[in-house]
Amino acid sequence: MAGNFLPVAKLTANGRPVLESGEVECSLLSTVDLSSEDLPAFPHLKSGLLILTTHRLLWLPSDTNTPSIITAVYIPLSTIQHIFSTKKSIKSMFHSPRIRFQVSTTPEGQVSEKGLKSLVITLVLRGKMDTDSFLGKFWDAWRGRAWEASGLATESGSGSGSREVSESLAVKMPVVGVSGILRKEQEMWESTDKSLQDAFQDLNALMSKAKEMVVLAERMRLKLLSGSNNQTSGTNDDDMGTKEEMQDWLLSVGIASPVTKESAGALYHQQLSRQLADFVKKPLERAGGMINLIDIYCLFNRARGTELISPDDLRQACSLWEKFDTPVMLRKFDSGVMVIQNKTHSDDEVFSRIRSFVSKSDALRTGISASDAAMTLGVAPAMAKEYLLAAEGKGLLCRDVSPDGFRFYINLFPEISPDDRYLVKDHGIYSMWISAVSSS
Amino acid sequence: MQMLGEFKLPHFFNYPPYFTLQPVRDTREKQIQLWKELILDYCRTQKVFVIGLDEDFQLFSNPAIERSLSHESREAFLSALVLEGRAEWLDKGHRKCLILWHRIQDWADLILHFVKENGLEDSVMTVEEIRSGVESRGTELHGMDRTILMRALKLLEHKGKLAIFKGTSADDEGVKFSI
Repeated sequence: MAGNFLPVAKLTANGRPVLESGEVECSLLSTVDLSSEDLPAFPHLKSGLLILTTHRLLWLPSDTNTPSIITAVYIPLSTIQHIFSTKKSIKSMFHSPRIRFQVSTTPEGQVSEKGLKSLVITLVLRGKMDTDSFLGKFWDAWRGRAWEASGLATESGSGSGSREVSESLAVKMPVVGVSGILRKEQEMWESTDKSLQDAFQDLNALMSKAKEMVVLAERMRLKLLSGSNNQTSGTNDDDMGTKEEMQDWLLSVGIASPVTKESAGALYHQQLSRQLADFVKKPLERAGGMINLIDIYCLFNRARGTELISPDDLRQACSLWEKFDTPVMLRKFDSGVMVIQNKTHSDDEVFSRIRSFVSKSDALRTGISASDAAMTLGVAPAMAKEYLLAAEGKGLLCRDVSPDGFRFYINLFPEISPDDRYLVKDHGIYSMWISAVSSS
Repeated sequence: MQMLGEFKLPHFFNYPPYFTLQPVRDTREKQIQLWKELILDYCRTQKVFVIGLDEDFQLFSNPAIERSLSHESREAFLSALVLEGRAEWLDKGHRKCLILWHRIQDWADLILHFVKENGLEDSVMTVEEIRSGVESRGTELHGMDRTILMRALKLLEHKGKLAIFKGTSADDEGVKFSI
């Protein structure tokens, strides 16, 4: 088992790595082998996806959908002692490029920062890719020592999953209590000022500062949260409302490590698709299981901050969901409106709610409009109209177009006897309608 | 229950979607079926032979719920009747529609029945006499549309049951029964 030597990496339901606070992906490579020649027992991990982050080197099995015995593992960059430069020789021209580096291990061979022994690990890059640029990024990430800056990665070598990692989408909350904030507040004031100034010096710097901005936003959010807890008696509802709004707003700011064309390369759409699948979970819950594609486009891009994606990229990412085992799906209505919905989301449940709604006395008499349905179902009017049209298509409703507008009524046509048009069956919806109309 | 003159209207006449042409196939088929029957029954009891699409036609609007049929839906319902052989367009522009609550064959049978009842097997009548004469009073033939009557008589002539000839007066034709 690889887990004996390497810590197991946590993945989201959609096969994206769960990143630590402050961790950002730098590069993704497909079909990479990971092995060690020093230790015979060390697993030979074949043809997986290699993700380089500022903190770790992750290796994911290529097909994360099928539960295999090979799990995703990672090597903390903090355990790396040395990265060997690639040898340029005639021989290497005919081989797949290799990258070798040395990590510290425990005597049993487990990769650990405090380990006394060391081990050379070899990466074999089988795909067609720019080895040198990857090596450069690898060097940068290792030298960057981002794990020290976040102050959380001190035990990353030995701790495999023991740390609490927030699993809620890609938005990360630093695990700091109220006391932690107070303690850090002083230095925060100083550093905030500095980071704001630095951020606007040039675009490259802005990108690197984006992460800090996210952290800043989250810290503000936490502070708001603690503030409202402390003085609940003193604040009125209006105040609370704005605070909650502010919290939501701040929460939607940050995907700390957006998948970009730069980092993911050829794997861009695939990884974007997975990240999106993780991201839509929360907004979907809030929207009742279905959300307009346009709304997601706005939310997603806002969360990504500077790394905006095009509508076409979003479409592609959504259409890739069919290939992965994601809990969400893209759906196109007959009218052309596209939405994202949970796979478990059933129209039947919505239809039965519509049915009971239009069977009420008032709705029987005057019908319902899309905005009536929107209020009852708790969805956007455009969405409600799609539901109503779908229900009409199923024969549940029928329309009434008049100068008063476009309204829907419960479909009585099947209830009317074809042989005797005056016949009204007792206790049917038709007789209910007649009594509702005559009582007005 | 609502009445339109002496015609008893069904409950669903007050159902607003009844006046909007439904886009969903199953629903529309049922709606068209209901309209076809209502139009035929109404025309039979009210002795309406021709419906003009651009004219006011009582059945096509319901002031009680402020709904009326659009031109498109009128044409759709009447076209459905035409397709069944229960109506005919009188012009290419589909502005006037002849309603055949009895098919031409049924009208012809009614004429034969009328002739036998009155012992007119070998006599001569004018077309106008059949429509408005003393003999036809109280039968369905009384006051019937001239176009339909001529079509029925031509059908019988074709079968050799009578002969149509130009009468002495220029404006009328005579019929010689030979049953």
